[in-house]
Amino acid sequence: MMLQTGTDNAKTSGHGWAESVVEATIRVLGFSTIGLVLLIFLFLLREGVPVFYEVPLGNLFGTRWYPTFNLFGTLPLILGSGLVTVTSIVMALPLGVATAVFVREVAPHWAREILKPMIEVLAGIPSVVLGFFGMNVVAPLIRESFGAPTGLTVFAGAIILAYMALPTIISVAEDALDAVPKSYRDAALAMGATQWQTIWRVVVPAARSGISMAVMLGMGRAIGETMAVMMVTGNASRMPLSLDSLFRPARTMTATIAAEMGEVAQGSTHYHALFGIGIILFLLTFLINLAAATTIFKKQRRGGLR
Amino acid sequence: MNRHRTQRIGYAFLALVTLAVVAPILVVVGIIIARGFGAISWEFISAMPYDGMKEGGIFPAIVGTLLLTLGTALAAIPVGIGGTIYLAEYARDTWLTRCIRLAIVNLAGIPSIVYGLFGLGMFVLFMRMGTSILAGSLTLAIMTLPVIISTGEEALRAVPTEFRTVSASLGGTRWQGIRHVILPQALPGMITGIILGLLRAAGETAPILFTVAAFFLPRLPSSPFDQTMALPYHLYVISTQVPGMPQSIQYGTALVLLALVLSMNLVATVIRSYFRRRRQW
Repeated sequence: MMLQTGTDNAKTSGHGWAESVVEATIRVLGFSTIGLVLLIFLFLLREGVPVFYEVPLGNLFGTRWYPTFNLFGTLPLILGSGLVTVTSIVMALPLGVATAVFVREVAPHWAREILKPMIEVLAGIPSVVLGFFGMNVVAPLIRESFGAPTGLTVFAGAIILAYMALPTIISVAEDALDAVPKSYRDAALAMGATQWQTIWRVVVPAARSGISMAVMLGMGRAIGETMAVMMVTGNASRMPLSLDSLFRPARTMTATIAAEMGEVAQGSTHYHALFGIGIILFLLTFLINLAAATTIFKKQRRGGLR
Repeated sequence: MNRHRTQRIGYAFLALVTLAVVAPILVVVGIIIARGFGAISWEFISAMPYDGMKEGGIFPAIVGTLLLTLGTALAAIPVGIGGTIYLAEYARDTWLTRCIRLAIVNLAGIPSIVYGLFGLGMFVLFMRMGTSILAGSLTLAIMTLPVIISTGEEALRAVPTEFRTVSASLGGTRWQGIRHVILPQALPGMITGIILGLLRAAGETAPILFTVAAFFLPRLPSSPFDQTMALPYHLYVISTQVPGMPQSIQYGTALVLLALVLSMNLVATVIRSYFRRRRQW
């Protein structure tokens, strides 16, 4: 009722129409994000789907990617992305959870005030700068310490990616720890558990779903990362199946698009194939984020007059 | 008291792991400053490159990045703020609203190179903008939207419900309440989000690979339809595509880019903490 009266007042004072225009615009802008996602998918399909007519499926999912010989096997690229991503998450998950626990549960106030901005700095470093650093500092280090012919390897890429995924993992895991009710901690402490036991046997298990969301979002970032990976992993399109694959070069889907799109003729099969990889990437990250989002939507909403 | 010793050892271990996460950040920043500082001079940041980029400065790349960031801001801020206000103040909890949230989460997760593909397909080719500042800014703007909207929504939701109730009880319309009461309160938080989004855009390379970037263009762009050099792309080019590039120029370029992005980061942090301290609710 109150709101209704307000609207009437505004109308009599002559601002009613201006206000309707503003509100209508805001409504349209609110829905624009849905339109944008659809538009992106539409354009990927438009430019990418033709590859399925032009190249037989056996070739598309073959094991060799040599576009100059009309070989468009995406398998080595998919596996390359998979190996780099999984390796990076295996490194980032324990580091990220431990850091989140330290920052949220253990660190004194002054340490938290230093740590949080530093992690934000890490999140802010452009990927090309990290790639540059990886190429010039990390890769030579790996070459010397493991005796590999080149330092530009899956392992080097995974280290850089792990650090790129860390800010995401840490902040989401921190939120998850924060969301554990105080009564859980109090109950554990009251039963004589130490802080340490409370953290690992009560708080972290209770934050499980949030932590798995952190991992998924971190994975999404890692799969989609382009520049750093392209500069550091060596870009050889080979099937990463042997045991030493970690210490050999590989090529990811993202790096393939970035490295080759500049040189292809628009409308060629190669061009369509690169958009095809874009479709795979879009769908993969969509699924990962959908899975993570189902956790977000369960959160309580607060504030707002409606 | 064995378990208390376990706890102390455990805490020390966690501190060590945290150090392993944080120390490399200092190492990266430290090495880039140490090796890049020597290259920085007035000429380096204000002169055109010449001799295959091995001599001179990176002025056009700096200007290019600033122009791209400006273009991104012009396109992303109005849409982002509108979307934020809708989500936080108007949207009811319907399936359609959930679709919007899903779209935002999804936009945030789309790989930057896929944005590059989209920008190429839509702006450069379909809308015939060519590789230009305009095409690149629009591509980067879409990528920035989810950051602006999600931080902005948080800022709006943090404003207590009482502000809205009081505004309505004084006879204000919903829009008047938002415009004169809620927005001013939430503005610092929203600005922080905008800066964070823009600094991400300024540092991105993948989305501008095929939409803006010029390999070597020793002059300034004269219109939004021109190509331009840009700092992140320039760093990529000189560190991977140009053989025999002096290390100092590479590190110098990395340092300028890093300084630009981190100073934006600092501004955002300062705004946030300043207003958080001054806030009265």
